[in-house]
Amino acid sequence: MRMPAPDAALIARKAEIVRALRRIVPGEGVVSEPEALVPFESDGLSAYRQTPLAVVLPETTQQVSEILKWCSAEGVKVVPRGAGTSLSGGALPLADGVVLGMAKFNRILEVDYANRCAVVQPGVTNLGVTHAVEADGFYYAPDPSSQIACTIGGNVAENSGGVHCLKYGLTTNNLLGCELVLMNGEVVRLGGKGFDAAGYDLLGVVTGSEGLLGVVTEVTVRILPKPETAKALLLGFPSVEAAGATVGDIIAAGIIPAGLEMMDNPAIRAAEAFVGAGYPVDAAALLIVELDGPEAECAELTGHVRALASARGADFVRVSHSEAERLAFWAGRKAAFPAVGRIAPDYYCMDGTIPRGKLPQVLSAMSEMARSYGLGVANVFHAGDGNLHPLILYDADKPGELEKAEAFGAEILKLCVAVGGVLTGEHGVGVEKRDLMGTMFDPTDLACQQRVKCAFDPALLLNPGKVFPTLHRCAELGRMHVHRGKLAFPDLPRF
Amino acid sequence: MAAAAIQARLPQSAEDVQQVVSEAAAHGRRIEVVGGGTKRAVGGAPADLTLSLAGLDKVVDYQPDELVLTAQAGARLADIERLLAGNGQMLAFEPPRWTGLLGASGEPTLGGSLAANLSGPRRIRAGAARDHFLGFQAVSGRGEVFKAGGKVVKNVTGYDLMKLMAGSWGTLAVLTEVTVKVLPAPRDETTVLLFGLSDAQAVAAMAQAMNGPFEVSGAAHLPPPAAARPPLAAEMAVTALRLEGFEASVAARAEALAAALKPHGRFERLDPAHSREFWGQVREVEAFVPDPRPLWRLSLPPASGWKAVEALPGEALYDWAGGLAWLLTEAEPAQVWVAARAFGGHALKVRGPGPAFEPLAGPLADLSARVKAAFDPLHVLNPGRMAAA
Repeated sequence: MRMPAPDAALIARKAEIVRALRRIVPGEGVVSEPEALVPFESDGLSAYRQTPLAVVLPETTQQVSEILKWCSAEGVKVVPRGAGTSLSGGALPLADGVVLGMAKFNRILEVDYANRCAVVQPGVTNLGVTHAVEADGFYYAPDPSSQIACTIGGNVAENSGGVHCLKYGLTTNNLLGCELVLMNGEVVRLGGKGFDAAGYDLLGVVTGSEGLLGVVTEVTVRILPKPETAKALLLGFPSVEAAGATVGDIIAAGIIPAGLEMMDNPAIRAAEAFVGAGYPVDAAALLIVELDGPEAECAELTGHVRALASARGADFVRVSHSEAERLAFWAGRKAAFPAVGRIAPDYYCMDGTIPRGKLPQVLSAMSEMARSYGLGVANVFHAGDGNLHPLILYDADKPGELEKAEAFGAEILKLCVAVGGVLTGEHGVGVEKRDLMGTMFDPTDLACQQRVKCAFDPALLLNPGKVFPTLHRCAELGRMHVHRGKLAFPDLPRF
Repeated sequence: MAAAAIQARLPQSAEDVQQVVSEAAAHGRRIEVVGGGTKRAVGGAPADLTLSLAGLDKVVDYQPDELVLTAQAGARLADIERLLAGNGQMLAFEPPRWTGLLGASGEPTLGGSLAANLSGPRRIRAGAARDHFLGFQAVSGRGEVFKAGGKVVKNVTGYDLMKLMAGSWGTLAVLTEVTVKVLPAPRDETTVLLFGLSDAQAVAAMAQAMNGPFEVSGAAHLPPPAAARPPLAAEMAVTALRLEGFEASVAARAEALAAALKPHGRFERLDPAHSREFWGQVREVEAFVPDPRPLWRLSLPPASGWKAVEALPGEALYDWAGGLAWLLTEAEPAQVWVAARAFGGHALKVRGPGPAFEPLAGPLADLSARVKAAFDPLHVLNPGRMAAA
C-alpha cells in the first residue's frame, strides 16, 4: 500500500501552517509537537502508520470553515478524523497534511421526540446517542461493534453498519440531515427533520463518502422506540452448510431477524475462551439469531426459528430467558475481534459481502487459501446480509507476514467480487481496499464517482489517497467521453 | 444503428441508450427520458426528443433468499410486484402509481419509481425508494455507460450514487438496469381508525402511536373536507394507523394500540381487505384526484407539518404521521415554498401549471449545479426537472 508522495515544500512550511491554524483555533486546539502527534498516527487499521504534519481540534463550525478555507487557499491537505476507529485506514494521516479532529464536537444539541430525531454534534459517540434517549424508551439503531468509542460523524463518513442493520438499516437509512462544511469553507445544510429534502439527495452521497466530500459538523439522526422485547437464540451446527441453509430457511419463512450472525469454529473457540459466553466449542458453526418486537411475536418466531434449525440438524439450541442472558449470548460475538487478538499476535479483518448462497463455496476456498498462505483464519459473518468478516491471523514481527496477510486478504476480496459480491459491506474502502477498486469498477465507473468528488472538492485536498486507486486531476476527468475512438462532439465548449 | 432508428424500435440495451444520448449531445438536443410516461406532468419542459425505456422491461435476476431483485429500468412495477407477491415478498417502500392523480394512462416502471424516489405510506417504517436501491447501470448525460453499487443487500464500496440517482428525476443519467432490496410481505394487517380529531390532535395521536412499541407502518390523517370526499365519504375527520406483520403480533399490537389511544375517543378497526383498500387510497391520494386545483406535496417535520398547511389557503390531507401533506391550493408557488421552508420542509408541485421544483439558493444551489455538471454537463437530460437543472 502506497500513499501519494508527500510534498516536501509543504512539510517545510510546517511552522507557518501551525501558526495559521493557531490563529483560527487558539490555545491547545493545535497539536504540533512530534510526541503529541503519535496518538494520531493511525486508526483502527494499525498496520498502517503515518505521523501527520499537525493536528487541529476545532470546536465550532465557524472554525472548521475557516480551517478548510485557509487550507484550500494554501493547498494544504486535510484528513478528517472522528474517534479513529476506522478499520480501513480512512483516517490514516498524511505526512504533508493536517488532521482535522472532531472530538470536541461532543454535545447532544436537541432531542425531539415529537419528530423522533436527535440533533447531535459529530463527535458524540454512537452509543452516546442511545444513552441520551434510552431513559425515554428510545434508541439509535445502527450499532457498529466499536459503538462505545466510534463517533456519529465517523459513522456518517463510513456509512457504518452493525449487527442489527439487516432489519434496521445502515447509518444512511437512519439519518435525516446534516450540516456540512465543504473544502472551500462553505457551509451547507442537507436534509432536516422531514423525510425528504429539495434537490439532489446530497446527504445520501455524503454518507459513506469516507471523508472525501466534506466535514460534517452537525447530524440529525432518527431515533426509534425500543422494541418491547428481544430474545436471542444460540444455534450450534455440525456443518457450515447446515447453518447457512438455516439462514436461508429463516428468510424464506418471511422472518427478518433483528440480528443474524454466524461464527465458524475458530471464532467460536476464541470467543468462548475470551468471555465464556457458553458457546458450543465443538460446533462447526454457530448462529446467533435475535428476534425483537412484541412478546407475542418473539414467542411465535422463536419457536419457528428453533424448528427450522432442528430440521437442519442443529445439535445445540439455547434461547435467552432474560435480558442478561441475551446480552451474554452477544458478548462473545461483540468481543470476537479482541478474542481473536488473543490467539494470534495480529489479525487482519476483511469485510466483503457475498450472495449468501455462495457461503459454503467461499468458506471452503478460504480454507484452501489459508493452507497455501500458511496463515490461520477465523470467520465471523453477518449471515443475514452476507457480510463476511474473515480475520486473518498473522505475526507482524515475522518478516513478510503482513504482506502475506495482505495478499491473502486481497485474494479473499477478489473471490467475493467474483461470486457476485462486493469489496466492503461496512468498513469502507479507505486505503486498505483502494487498490482493489478496479476489480469491481471499470475506469468509467470510477471516473463517474471521481467527478462527484470534483463537484465537492475540485482541488482534491480532502482526504486524498483514500478510496480511489488513481488520482486524476478534475480537469482531466471533466473531458467528454471518447466514443468508438473519437471524441463524440469535439467542438463543444469544455466548461 | 442510428439514434433515430433505435428510438423508433425502442432501445433494447444500454448501448442503444448510449447511442441516443451521445447523438443528442453531439447535436445539442435535449432528451425527455420516460419509463411508462406516467409522471410526465411533473415539471417537465419541452425537449427535442423522447427516449423511452419501455423496451428494457425484463427482470434480469431474482433471488428471493438473497432479498435481491435486478431488473431493466423499464420493467413494469405491476409485473415486479406480481412476481414478488408470488414469493411472499414485496417492494417495502410501497411505490405509488399516481396515474389517477396525473391522469396518465401508461404503466409505471421500477426505474421511474426509483428515479423519482416515490415512496408510499410505509415509508415511516420501511424507508423510501432510495433506501432499497442497491445498484444500477446507467448512461450519463456524457453518453457513458457506467455502474454503481452492487447486487447484495449490504455494500459501502465507492460512493452511494444510488442515493444521488433516486429523486434526481432522470436529470443526471438514464437508468438502464437497477437492483433493489426486497422484503417479506406482511402476513396480516389491520388499521385502527380514530374520528373527529383536529389536525393538531391527529398529529399528537399519530406521534403517540409512532413513539410506542406498536411498529406502526402507516399513519394518515384526513381532515373533514378530505374525509368527506369519495371514496371514504366520512362525516368527520379520520385518522388511521396501520399495523402489519405476523398474525399474533398484529393482534397483540392492535389491542395495545387501541388501549393507548383510548383518550382520543371512539375507534374502529379495519379487517385486512379494507385496510389494504384504505392504504391504497391514501397512497394514490384518491380523495384529491377529481379536484382541478393544483396539487402540492409538502415534506415537513411530522410534528409541525400541519402548521405549514395552516399558513396556506386550500385543503389538505396527511400521510407519514404528518410528515407528508398533500395540499390542493391556488396559492402562488413562491408562497407555498416559503411556508414549507418556514416550518423546516420543502414542497413539490405534483400537478398544475408552472414550475414544480423548489429553487435552491446559495452554496447548496452551486453545489447541486456542480453535481449536475458532473453527470450531464451539457444539460441533455430531462430539461425542466429539478431545481439545479
